[in-house]
Parts: sequence; structure tokens; C-alpha cells
Amino acid sequence: MEIQKTALYKYHKSLGAKFVSFAGYQMPVQYTSGIIEEHKLTRSNAGLFDVSHMGQLFIEGNHDLTKELEKIIPTDLKNIKINQSKYSFLTNEIGGIYDDLIVTKLEKGFNIILNAACKKNDYKIIEESLSNKFKLTLHKDLSLIALQGPKAVKILENIIKGVSLLKFMNGNNFSYEENKVYITRSGYTGEDGFEISLSNKIVERFVKILVSKGAQPIGLGARDTLRIEAGLCLYGHDINETTTPIEANLKWAISKRRREEGGFLGYNKIKSNINGKLSRLRVGIKPVGKIIAREGVRIFSQNENQIGSITSGTFGPSVNGSIAMGYVKYDFAKPGTKILLEVRGKKYEAIVNELPFYKKNYVR
Amino acid sequence: MDDVKFSKEHEWIKLEGDIATIGITKHATEMLGDIVFVELPEKDSTVEKDGNAGVVESTKAASDIFTPVAGQIVECNQSIVDDPSKINTDPENQAWFFKLKIKDKTEMNTLMSKEEYDKFTKENAS
Repeated sequence: MEIQKTALYKYHKSLGAKFVSFAGYQMPVQYTSGIIEEHKLTRSNAGLFDVSHMGQLFIEGNHDLTKELEKIIPTDLKNIKINQSKYSFLTNEIGGIYDDLIVTKLEKGFNIILNAACKKNDYKIIEESLSNKFKLTLHKDLSLIALQGPKAVKILENIIKGVSLLKFMNGNNFSYEENKVYITRSGYTGEDGFEISLSNKIVERFVKILVSKGAQPIGLGARDTLRIEAGLCLYGHDINETTTPIEANLKWAISKRRREEGGFLGYNKIKSNINGKLSRLRVGIKPVGKIIAREGVRIFSQNENQIGSITSGTFGPSVNGSIAMGYVKYDFAKPGTKILLEVRGKKYEAIVNELPFYKKNYVR
Repeated sequence: MDDVKFSKEHEWIKLEGDIATIGITKHATEMLGDIVFVELPEKDSTVEKDGNAGVVESTKAASDIFTPVAGQIVECNQSIVDDPSKINTDPENQAWFFKLKIKDKTEMNTLMSKEEYDKFTKENAS
């Protein structure tokens, strides 16, 4: 597979970024100040992320499209308002997750943000499910950047008037130097912030202005520590084709009407999960000491029976300690439950913890 | 650091009498990124040349620490266990990892001088 680059690749390079291959893209993992500093700057100031590797899929259509999409996306697309966004999934036959996504209702259809590693497969799944009745466009001409942190709103409002009026998980069309820009108030860090979709042709110029106003470029390394502190899932790690949204503790993302009416792939399994047949649950986990528990670390009960495994783990710079997420048998999912983690052959004490580890208020 | 030798695994080693102090190089910390956890060998344990002698973890990943010479561990640096970020700020002085009583001093001859090590890292830089 050919390595791909985003429109900002040269810009990242000019800043001294270290690169990593992620989902076939050369992406900045960190810049010169390092992951912890970048993480803290996002929490205290404003971080700027290039997430142009993610898929931006537009599907044109109205009522018929809504009906068809609801067969594979378990959120209430019928009642979603124009410019409103929802976090949801593409579910499969067994109630697992093909991908997690953000779907936004636009005047002429839906825009769906997909994970980079999944976007080609998602496109196929959606196209087949819609049986070629609708026009799909996976935008290659658009970049996607995220501006996150307490100072994001001030910096962006300075450049694009009106963005401060957006509510969390809502978007709108704006313009920048007569170019169309679509902005949503959303993100993946646990901070207030925006995701900005704009042409590849102007993205570098736009980003340079944000940086000149105080935004700090942030790499994928800090993006990962930020989202783990915020308790957010990374597809392919915390959720996958075998985990149901209910097991993943994401029931809130399935609208009430859809939970009751069903009519989407995997509903039988998900319904039985909701009605009490739940064998495991994704939980937050805090090791007692400094030990870092990464993906794959096995989780044991205090009498040393295996009860699950870790799906993400790192050092959380803002909570100043080791944090992790993983699946445990349902009986061990209550916050405060003492568990053991096996790291390099030794067992370490840990405690089931509420998610998120780090919480801030969003603008609603 | 004239009397200090270096390994291809990016450890430095300073020999005084038959006690060797071992740590990781600045170059190693730059490759690893922010270090958030360190595990050191147990005091009095014996370690083999090029054998495993601990672990460092950055925000990104875990990496093994090797000892470039064999011997018996006589002291570990508890201050880097308590505050692993010291390894990033002062890797070649205060943030040493452990001291060992060297078994065979001729093993020092297999290691690189400062000049050779700098050349080695430059050649291996991608």
C-alpha cells in the first residue's frame, strides 16, 4: 500500500514533527515539545490537530435516505435537526461495530466522519446497503482539522465570526476568505472545541493563522492520551466487530426510539444486551502504582481468575497517573472494584474507575 | 565524559574501580519521548552481559533496558522510579539507572567511546 500524506504534511515537517504511519498515512505523532507538553497545552490553551486522514463522506438524499441509513446506523436520523451531529456506529449482524462515526444532517443529505483505517470498508458497506440509489462522495479535496481546548473558541471566533454561537454537537456553514468552511462544535479530547472541514488548497494558510493566534500543533501521541483521559473509544482497540455498543458502555449513543423500535443490523443481540444479558462491560481502570497497563494486559480478579483484558492504557498527564480502559466480566464492572493486572508476568493492584478520568463542561 | 563508554543499545557506562554506573543516553531519551515509568533490577541480583535489566515506558510504548556488562547490582536509583521525568531532563548525570559490581573488566573493551557512539547514532539516524 502506498503511504499517503495529508495536505499539511510539509507544514508538519517544517515544524520538526516526528512521523508515524497510521492507517496508511504519514501522520505527526509529536512535535518538538513532546507528548506531555502538547497534552497539557491542549487542556490549558488550544491544541490544533490534523485529522485529514479521517473519511469525510457525503451522501445526498432526503426521506428515503434517512430510512435506508437507519438500517445500518442506530441513531434517530428521522428526528435529527439540520446541522445537528450525533455520535453513532455502523453495526454488523451480530451487534458488533464496523466503525464508530459522527453523522451530521445537512440540508441536502448527511455528512459522515469515518475512521481512516475503516473508511474504504465503510464506503463499501454503506454503498451496498443503499443499493446504489444514492450518490456517495468520499471527499479527497477536503482537509479536516480540530481546534481543541479552553481558548479554542476565542481563537476561532477571531477569524470566523459566529462560531462561538455553535452549541456542542452542532455545526454550520461559514466562510473564510470567500472559501466555504463547515465547522462543528465537537472533538475527541474532552475539551470544548471545533472540527473544521475545508479545502486542501487553503488548509495550510488557515492553520498558520490559527497558530499565529496562539493555537499549538498537537500530534497523534497527545491525541491518544487526551482521548483516554476523556474515556473515549479508539476503534480497533476499545471497540471492534465483536464488541456491541452496550458492552462498550455506549448505550447513550443509541437513541431511545431506536433502542425500542430496532430495525437496524444486530438489533437482536443489542436488545438482549439491553435487557440484561450482558457478559462484559468496558470500564475505566486505574492501577494503584505507576505501572502502565497497555492493550492486551490481562485482568484478574483478586482470587486470580482472568476476568478480562485492557484495550487502551497510558500515562494521563492531566490526572498525573497511569490510566487504562478494558473489558471486565459484568460482576466486576462496579467502580471501586479491586482487580489485578498482569504486566510482564507480575500482577499489580488496580481499581475499576468511573469514566471519564478527566471531565470538563462542554458548551451546550 | 571521557571515561564513559557506550553501547549500541544506547546505554552509557562509567567505571570507577570495579563499580560501573549505567544509564541511558540523551539520544535514547530523545527517541523514546516523555518517560513516565521505569522498572529497575533488584538489588543483589546478577545480570548477564546484554541481558535484560529493566524497562522504561514512554507515553507511547515500553522498551527494555539492557546492561552492556555482566555483574551484581549494588544500587538502584530510586529517585528516577519516583520521578521518571528526570530521565528526560538529565539522563547522563543524575538520572543514572543502577550500579553494578563488574564481573569482567575486559567487557568494557567491547563498547564504544563517545566519539564512536556519536558517529554510530549519526549513521543510524533515519
